[in-house]
Amino acid sequence: MRRLKLTMCSMVAVVSLAVAGCGGESSQSVSSTTTDSGASSSSGSVTRANADLVIWADQKRADALESVAKNFGKKNGITVAVQAVATNLDTNFITADAAGNGPDIVVQGDDKVSSFVQNGSIKPVQLSESQKDKFVANYLKTVTYQNQTWAVPYAAEGLVLIRNTKLAPNAPETFDDLISTGESLVESGKADKPLALQVGDTGDAFHMQPLFSSFGGYLFGEKSDGSVDTSDIGLDKAGAIAFAKEISKLGEKGSKVLTRSIDSNNSISLFTQGRIPYLISGSWALSDIKKAGISYELTTIPGFSGKEPARPFLSVQAFYVAAHGKNTSLAEEFVDNVVSESQTQKTLYDAEPRPPALKSLLKTESAKNKDTAVLAESAATAIPRPKINGLVWSDPLGKAEAAIIGGADPVSTMQSAAKTVAKSLK
Amino acid sequence: MTSRRFTYADGPSAEPMLTLGRTTSIPALLTKIIFLGLVLGLAVAIVPALISMRSWTMLAILVITVIAVFTIYTTRHCVPAKYLFPGTFFLVLFLLVPVIYTIQISTTNFGDGTRASKSETVSSIVSASVVRDDSLPTYTMSIGVSRHGDTTDDYVLLLVNSTTGRTYLGTTDRLSLMPTAQVTVKKGRIVAAKGYRILTAEQVNNAGDAITGMSVPVNAGKGVAIHTSGISSAYTGTENLVYDSSADTITDRSTGDVYSPRMVNGRYLFVDPQGRAVSQRSWLSSVGLANYTSLFTDSSIRGQLLTTSLWTLFFAVFSVAGTFLAGLLIALLFDEPRMIGRKVYRSLMVVPYAVPTFIGFLIWSTFFNKDFGLVNQLTGLHLDWFGNASLAKIAVRTANLWAGIPYMFLISTGALQSLPADVVEAARVDGARPIRLFFQIKMPLLLVSVAPLLVSSFAFNFNNYNAIALMTQGGPFSSDGSLFGGTDILISGIYRLAFGGSGARFGLAAAVSVLLFFITALMAIIQFRYTRKLEEIL
Repeated sequence: MRRLKLTMCSMVAVVSLAVAGCGGESSQSVSSTTTDSGASSSSGSVTRANADLVIWADQKRADALESVAKNFGKKNGITVAVQAVATNLDTNFITADAAGNGPDIVVQGDDKVSSFVQNGSIKPVQLSESQKDKFVANYLKTVTYQNQTWAVPYAAEGLVLIRNTKLAPNAPETFDDLISTGESLVESGKADKPLALQVGDTGDAFHMQPLFSSFGGYLFGEKSDGSVDTSDIGLDKAGAIAFAKEISKLGEKGSKVLTRSIDSNNSISLFTQGRIPYLISGSWALSDIKKAGISYELTTIPGFSGKEPARPFLSVQAFYVAAHGKNTSLAEEFVDNVVSESQTQKTLYDAEPRPPALKSLLKTESAKNKDTAVLAESAATAIPRPKINGLVWSDPLGKAEAAIIGGADPVSTMQSAAKTVAKSLK
Repeated sequence: MTSRRFTYADGPSAEPMLTLGRTTSIPALLTKIIFLGLVLGLAVAIVPALISMRSWTMLAILVITVIAVFTIYTTRHCVPAKYLFPGTFFLVLFLLVPVIYTIQISTTNFGDGTRASKSETVSSIVSASVVRDDSLPTYTMSIGVSRHGDTTDDYVLLLVNSTTGRTYLGTTDRLSLMPTAQVTVKKGRIVAAKGYRILTAEQVNNAGDAITGMSVPVNAGKGVAIHTSGISSAYTGTENLVYDSSADTITDRSTGDVYSPRMVNGRYLFVDPQGRAVSQRSWLSSVGLANYTSLFTDSSIRGQLLTTSLWTLFFAVFSVAGTFLAGLLIALLFDEPRMIGRKVYRSLMVVPYAVPTFIGFLIWSTFFNKDFGLVNQLTGLHLDWFGNASLAKIAVRTANLWAGIPYMFLISTGALQSLPADVVEAARVDGARPIRLFFQIKMPLLLVSVAPLLVSSFAFNFNNYNAIALMTQGGPFSSDGSLFGGTDILISGIYRLAFGGSGARFGLAAAVSVLLFFITALMAIIQFRYTRKLEEIL
């Protein structure tokens, strides 16, 4: 009898410990008070922070967002957490959102629209006509898909030509000028390579696009309603073939202007060593170039002589509202109303100067900063990326370009790339 | 029965004071209470989540597990189970469950565009078809809740027309004018209303779907309704698509097009008779063994899978054999007492071990750069290491050899030093020459202790994702859209299938994983058979 009682006591102790464990957990969920930038994760899954509004962004944007988020939180009496997700932000977001553990807002490029929509990870944003009018139309178009606006843009990125003014004082008129100037600098021993244009072993369709478009190359046809015509693949058409023949000439078996040994890791650092006159890159390269003390100038990328102008891809950074976030009302409020405010866009611009998405701000900042003006000029004529899963075309096209630069037959390689794209769209 | 184990010390009359099962000492009892408390606490903490996810099977398993833990550890019975349970439990949890789960996924089309259930997909397609129409009124909005009720159905929209300034009450049934006498408007928003309590921003947010999903019908027949946008505004919009659950079709209100589910390239989409899809969104469904059959029947996949498997096998064999031979040779060299500065050499040998493999492989990949890499610059070659599959394979193996030698060197040194000196001495006395001594005495003895480590090293290299991902990312790739690159081993190919390439294909990746699991298991069985034979030497 006594033993039974004692056993019971032990059991009670066990249960109360268990309850204490639970109690501890529930009290923790109430106690988020400060606005902080959450833990960053290097890989794998990311854990949602505990706050009234959770924003996921990559490291650079997360820092810039901090003060904007803080103001919004203060105004509405809520906690806001900005979490930096270091790698695979888009796939992490899709997975987390589907599981109901995702953020309320995610900051990503416009090229993710179609995969986010396909996975049902985002909600359309409802901007009024007057709000839409405030944005640069070209930028807003990149996040418009199937009659809906899916995100609110805040900054644009387009490739430009960055020139080392010590090596090449004058801006080239055409791409042929650029190559001949570069090659003569190499011959006279002032430069190691005429041009730093990243290719890498798997190619880089984004960076090759200005050349591709100058020869009249296109990825997909467009239907009358503006949507992608997947039955019309441009990779084996005349423009793309002419482009392929040209990069074959400029490639490793030809004049060696383009080479796979220049990739995303070394292109900028090769330029900042001061031994390459030209770099094709974007706003992200500028801080390294300034740090290295290179005297530089930005210009739009010239087209080949007698060909069409070079038009890079337009890349736009934007705020998306998660479909399965826990705080959709606040997220909509923030994205619809706060992000489109001039003050917000100014703060984000100051943290990282890239052409802002608001017309008025773009005008004033372009007048103040010449780099921004050139970046905006490039973005103005840039081509929005087709609204289908980017990897479907960029992967095979990049690999084909790398292969051609490496010496593969331009015509048959482009034809097989076109077949690959067609096969994955079937 | 056995409770009298301590009678000698305790005396015949001493009944243990506290007991829980067989435990008698106080510290052991406390440990047990804490352990069982943690188990129960953890289980109780998981229950709400499981209930909310409606995973009843998992709940049943949880309950059974907890009951099992308590029966085993609080009673005097099941003594063998007390020892077997922890190991078995973690084996099941960390090994069997993932395998079963992977097999389960491999029979579905789980991947990009097929993550959600059909009903969820349909409702999200329909709700995303609401188009804001700014020719219709927009409003500033406050959310009110009826003073006499607290249920979620009582939320109302208190609206002020942005152009006319007239005030309205919106419910899920209809929109009605609200007399200005009943409301107080400040800065264009209703801040007080008779009979309603106004919610704060945080309260609106916490109401969640009840408010974000709320719409006030204006013209129900045409799908025109007022929708909330954020916490302070509302707009009038038209829902362009409508789902008919009895016919299982989606109809476009403006064009009258009817879309019904049809299989397009292995996934269901809502398409019209002309084959145009209303959305690229499909839904999760079971595909049976289709993922497996495509692995073995699709000629392009089958060929690649075979070559990739062979290369994986070769890579693992070469990595183990290469690193072991090199490591053993160096260990033998440094085991020679006549060698001067052995300790310095030995310390140097361990350096690659001290460099994190991640950094090591990244540095090696820059060494092999065609134009700027150390290898080409030192040798004067102009080899395109990563552009050619055979060269890339050599580069990967070289780097992996460098990363693996120190480990093999360490275990070989350890094994050599622990060889029984008398056996070696006896062989020497019998006149065995060094080579014979090594191959017939040292080597067999060495293998007994090293063989299991070689097996584990083989398994590690068979799935050495880091080496491939950091050196070549699986490349070079041919431009014909192949699944696997020139240096891809199975695991790196699977990773790309699941998380990269042209969208996530978890179903197919899971099928390859299951295949890989069986290959690895088979090899482990063969190898352990072989190592058991070695043990007969002793």
